[in-house]
Amino acid sequence: MSTVRVQTTINNQPTEFLCEPRQSLLECLRELLKMTGTKEGCNDGNCGACTVIMDGRIVNSCLVLGVECNGSEITTVEGIAVGSKLHPIQQAFLENAALQCGICTPGFLVAAKSLLESEPHPDEQQIRRYLANNLCRCTGYDKIIKAVQQAAGGAQ
Amino acid sequence: MSYQVIGTRPVRHDGADKVTGRAVYGADTQMAGMLHGHIVRSPHAHARILRIDTSKAEALPGVLAIVTAADLPHPGDRMVDLGEGLTRLSWVHGNVLASDKVLYAGHAVAAVAAANAHIAEEAASLIEVDYEPLPCVLTAPDAMKPDAPLVHDDVFMQEFGKLTDTPSNISDHFRFEIGDAAKGFAKAHTIVERTLDTSTVHQGYIEPHAATVLWNNDGRVLVWCSTQGSFVVREVVAAVLDLPISQVKVTPTEIGGGFGGKIPVYLEPVAALLSRKSGRPVKIAMSRKDVFEGSGPTPGSHMTVKIGVAKDGKIVAAQANLAYEAGAYPGAMVGPGAMCVFAAYDIENIAIDGYDVLVNKPSTAPYRAPGATNAAFATETVMDEIAEKLGIDPIELRLRNAAKEGTRRADGPKYKRIGCVEVLEAMKNSAHYQAPLPGPNCGRGVAIGFWFNIGFSSSCTISVNSDGTVNLVEGSTDIGGSRTSISMQAAEVLGIKAEDVHPTIVDTDSVGYTAVTGGSRTTFATGLAAHDAAKDVIRQLSVRAAKLWEVDSELVNCQRGVFQSGKHSITFKELAAKLEETGGPVVGRATVNPSGVGGSFAGCIVDVRVDPETGKTDVLRVTSIQDAGKAIHPSYVEGQMQGGTVQGIGWALNEEYFMDPSGIMKNSSFLDYRMPTALDLPMIETVIVEVPNPGHPFGVRGVGEANIVPPPAAVANAIHRAANIRMTRLPMNPNAIMEEVWR
Repeated sequence: MSTVRVQTTINNQPTEFLCEPRQSLLECLRELLKMTGTKEGCNDGNCGACTVIMDGRIVNSCLVLGVECNGSEITTVEGIAVGSKLHPIQQAFLENAALQCGICTPGFLVAAKSLLESEPHPDEQQIRRYLANNLCRCTGYDKIIKAVQQAAGGAQ
Repeated sequence: MSYQVIGTRPVRHDGADKVTGRAVYGADTQMAGMLHGHIVRSPHAHARILRIDTSKAEALPGVLAIVTAADLPHPGDRMVDLGEGLTRLSWVHGNVLASDKVLYAGHAVAAVAAANAHIAEEAASLIEVDYEPLPCVLTAPDAMKPDAPLVHDDVFMQEFGKLTDTPSNISDHFRFEIGDAAKGFAKAHTIVERTLDTSTVHQGYIEPHAATVLWNNDGRVLVWCSTQGSFVVREVVAAVLDLPISQVKVTPTEIGGGFGGKIPVYLEPVAALLSRKSGRPVKIAMSRKDVFEGSGPTPGSHMTVKIGVAKDGKIVAAQANLAYEAGAYPGAMVGPGAMCVFAAYDIENIAIDGYDVLVNKPSTAPYRAPGATNAAFATETVMDEIAEKLGIDPIELRLRNAAKEGTRRADGPKYKRIGCVEVLEAMKNSAHYQAPLPGPNCGRGVAIGFWFNIGFSSSCTISVNSDGTVNLVEGSTDIGGSRTSISMQAAEVLGIKAEDVHPTIVDTDSVGYTAVTGGSRTTFATGLAAHDAAKDVIRQLSVRAAKLWEVDSELVNCQRGVFQSGKHSITFKELAAKLEETGGPVVGRATVNPSGVGGSFAGCIVDVRVDPETGKTDVLRVTSIQDAGKAIHPSYVEGQMQGGTVQGIGWALNEEYFMDPSGIMKNSSFLDYRMPTALDLPMIETVIVEVPNPGHPFGVRGVGEANIVPPPAAVANAIHRAANIRMTRLPMNPNAIMEEVWR
């Protein structure tokens, strides 16, 4: 199958790749760019493990085609930390034991970062609503909500 | 006993990797020349395979190998260890790739390896399989009928330990009995008997199964996979491929959830065959549909529980009939269900019949306290009804009957020190139980549950670094923070910080045999191995200190990382810097197979509101109470309790395999198989009870499982109080509730 040239900015780096029209952004990240931090849990938009920020909005990268990303700015879990310093939301996840197996964590971190950028002081219900697209089977969400609350508090 | 490290909450050792996306999970394995595999699965629940034609698929450019059951060696039957029990090799074999018959929709029949996943998928669709559909049977009650279609022609019923000559879907019928149940019931003041059903549900781990295999040119089979037990994968891959176990090396990746479902082996032998044919490494990752239809969910069940009590609520007799759906191959975990069904109570007269029933559904796998959650749904709703009939508070009724040290369980063992009473007292005294109900159409339910936990083998080595830290090597894949709970136990013994222990989980060539991460055993047994290995380090370092001071090593003692003898004293860190001058490196080692396993009790209190118009149930408040023995890392203990509780709420309210009459699953996606989301839940309150297990140096019991056991019954009991209906079937979704309301 012929490939299409796509020019994007991923985690602030100009990034170019050649992809087949049938390849999702998730597949482009994982298979073409070897950025495996973004996870596949369902490949049909129902678990949120592949959440990335695209042009300021969170998307399920399994539901976006690679060819749709030409000219887009994308942030993945690999782009959240600043150099060797963790982002407050990453630090809060660690301090609150907000992960067990960790497979859903990249999606939650990206979504939570996006939430805090648009709503720096969310209440519990706002956090729950914003993260309702992200499934976690290990934690029962309790410690994830607390981590987001702590990160929000820290940003005040 | 005061501790320096045990009971604190350090950041987990693998934390940075897991919040930055660097941790490598099953599907993240990348290798030069790697091919992608795809598995062809049966569209029929029960059918004879007449013909498989792979010629069109083979002709597709980019396809490098295709395999069917014909490519598997047939070494003859024997028993193999599946990690939490033995089974017949022919059944494992048959589940990996079907040969003459398919036994469930989703059963693997062939596989292809190609240059990329898209070509592999396309090639799979070109493989032609002709089937002769056969009548299927989908539930335990149907499968137990004498004229039911047989799932296997060659499975004969084992009854009370003896193999009969009757081919049957009931592969096993056993009985646990103490006292005389009939005599007990004759003396009862009140008897409640109910028949209840639970649905097939899935563990729901977010990471689909994934494995990469290279059949190397020296004949060794190298496996990288997401598993709860790398040594189980080694054992099963070697058995299925008829190789010596030393020819197989398994490197576990990080694991994205398992809950028991990543103990069985599905993909690895298939990827190995594809690798041998193609000469390339082959990765196979399941789709979510594959996970639902082709891995192992937990059994649906059909249960009758009868409990008789005296006027004061003391149980005089209890009886249970438990029929669990094994799926396509025997092994429904009904044994553990029977061990747990009355395990919370001290009862003189018990009779329990268990039936392991074959049906045309996926072969079931362990799932977090396997079998116990089903059973507790039955027992604990019957107990609730008795409490109501007698006008006794439901926690008080349970306290009057609670199992304690010396109570004999129906399957034989007498309890050592257990925390059933302490859990019930903590429930009664909790802020939640004391609080008023929030409003109309609301109800509060309680329930308790038990899981026995397991011991099994673990190995550990600890090498001392000259900077005063240690490297800890172990073989338990870390599914929820166990690197840290294991390291903390070594740190406590060595008198150093948790952060000064660097744990690594290694492959099957690099550590002694270590059993599965399952049965709540990891912090207990591998933790014990770490404790013992740290003791070995202390013993060796005492010899070094003695050498420095020219005293007898017997006269050196070590407290909290300080070695002392008379006026001499040296810290662990100082001594670590002197290894070269005192004789070279120090490596501590230990292997364990502990017998001092301590079972865990858990309780759940839940408040719900049931919408009288729609039957929708909202969970308003939940508290999980569990006896941890000793909480090594309280945050991860709470995490287990919260996670198990929420899975139980999923079972209670939403989750089920929805099968059409021909045995096709109609909801094999996360959209339609709806697990709880953040929006469905309140915060999950926890109360950790600590009744130390005398069989572990720090008192650890293991906390992974008992917490899922009570919630479905607690929710059912809460729904009863909110809507005045007794639910006897899981899940209790709005449909089921309105049917009961309108009955």
